[in-house]
Amino acid sequence: MKRNTILTLISLAILAIAIYFIDQNLDSYKVRILNLCAIYVILAVSMNLINGFTGLFSLGHAGFMAVGAYTTAILTMPQAVKLQNFFMVPIAKPLETLNLPFLPALFVGGLLAAFVAFLIGAPVLRLKGDYLAIATLGFGEIIRVIFTNTQTITNGALGLKSIPNTSNLWWTFGFAAFTVIFIAFLINSSYGRALKAIREDETAAQSMGINLFKHKMLSFMVGAFFAGIGGGLLGNLLGTIDPNMFRFFLTYNLLLMIILGGMGSITGSIISAFIITIATEVLRFLDDGMTIGSLTIPGITGLRMVVFSALLMIVVLFFTQGLMGTKEFTWNKLLNRSQKPLAKGGRS
Amino acid sequence: MELLKADHITMQFGGLTAVKDFNLSLNQGEIVALIGPNGAGKTTAFNMITGVYRPTQGEIDYNGKNITGLRPDQITALGIARTFQNIRLFKDLSVFENVLIANHLHLKSNFLEATFRLPRYRREEREMRETSLNLLEKVGLADLRDEKSSSLPYGKQRRLEIARALATKPQILLLDEPAAGMNPKETEDLTQFIKKIGHEFNLTIFMIEHHMQVVMGISDRIYVFDHGVTIAEGNPYEIQNDQKVIEAYLGVAEEDA
Repeated sequence: MKRNTILTLISLAILAIAIYFIDQNLDSYKVRILNLCAIYVILAVSMNLINGFTGLFSLGHAGFMAVGAYTTAILTMPQAVKLQNFFMVPIAKPLETLNLPFLPALFVGGLLAAFVAFLIGAPVLRLKGDYLAIATLGFGEIIRVIFTNTQTITNGALGLKSIPNTSNLWWTFGFAAFTVIFIAFLINSSYGRALKAIREDETAAQSMGINLFKHKMLSFMVGAFFAGIGGGLLGNLLGTIDPNMFRFFLTYNLLLMIILGGMGSITGSIISAFIITIATEVLRFLDDGMTIGSLTIPGITGLRMVVFSALLMIVVLFFTQGLMGTKEFTWNKLLNRSQKPLAKGGRS
Repeated sequence: MELLKADHITMQFGGLTAVKDFNLSLNQGEIVALIGPNGAGKTTAFNMITGVYRPTQGEIDYNGKNITGLRPDQITALGIARTFQNIRLFKDLSVFENVLIANHLHLKSNFLEATFRLPRYRREEREMRETSLNLLEKVGLADLRDEKSSSLPYGKQRRLEIARALATKPQILLLDEPAAGMNPKETEDLTQFIKKIGHEFNLTIFMIEHHMQVVMGISDRIYVFDHGVTIAEGNPYEIQNDQKVIEAYLGVAEEDA
């Protein structure tokens, strides 16, 4: 146990050094992609907590992200920028001067997302399977419509522009590491075992004395909290947000990641968050067209998504386990210890 | 001492009465069996006691407290554990994890204490692991603790399911057809096992069983169901000689056994 902690700390240090050099040497385009990778790690791992580890088929992640993104953006925008943004309808008074540094703003965003999860969880977590999926999907859309219409708070369909670009590699990778470690520790605690028990067999879990509603709510709120943080990081990375960013498409992307990586594997979600985010950029030629020698192939807008959707279908049909199944990377496995570990210390 | 008392409990599903006017009384330390032909309503009776169904009529008292209408997890927390007719282990999880999960209801630390491994949680986790390992040793599954539970042979899965129920620290253990699908040797082992744990853990056992060998061998008292109605109640000798039971049930059971 001690040795694993040291190894984890060493790898975090290596990650920090790597970020330092990447920050210095890579161009802003590549840095931006890496930022997106880290944010998608946060989002995919948190969605996997709900869908993969607890077995709740929830499709509301984009909604929670929107809550976090708007909260963080509004809290970090200086008053002057807010006045510029809200030229159609003025911003609600208390929000105009309300300002927080980035870190507390992110946490407020996460907590608000968790609170929203609490409000909608109360009715919808009593549903099972596809009914839960439909209800949470509806929630995601409702949030979007609400944000389009609450002009004094969100600036409606105009969105928010000139959000301070406070997200950088340190923030995104810092929070990605925090998310992964937090969720890995939660999963490997008694609470995590209870969540997995609910996934495996609700009836049996309940007869083992596990309060289903309380534990589902726990998973849902923790997942939403990190979705809120991820949303906040994303908004302050891109600099502009509008309600249409948080369409179902975003949740679909995350679903693709956790299915590809393996439902119930944090390691899988991390790997596939990187793969999908980078592939989205690499495959850009499919949408834009390309030129090989004298041959010009026209691009078809949306072709990338066709590729990803086909990939998802292939995984679902032939490799239901995804990349990792429910397996995790552990130091013990890496160092090939013959003795089986009592506890799986799943860390990245 | 009377531990559990069901007073005229009735379960109706629409027009169908699955269990009618069932009066049950379990005394501390007894082994009581519930028998009856297929579809007689035995599992429904179990489901009422464990909170899966709320009886349409009647009341269940446990330790003098009315537990009618409580949720299954609340009833387990009060000290009534059960196993299932079709084994319901957490299949993808290890034998050890299956038992650990059953300790979760006694955990006092909240999820943040657990996630950040604060001292109270660390102590509780250590205790959970110790008691679970002890329990696995007592039921003879300690050497299989890291196996996936679904990879165990059938008889051992049954045993694990009982061990998991024991880990919730029950006073009353409800066993739903523990010997189903077992060969004579396994059945004999199980009978001894039930006797042993009943004694060791100071349990009151209420079980549904078809194997007459098991039922007659270890029961102090037997209830007989037919079409949801209690047609007889008594000790094994009385039941074996009850004309109504012979007509309704034992004749059929002989062919089965």
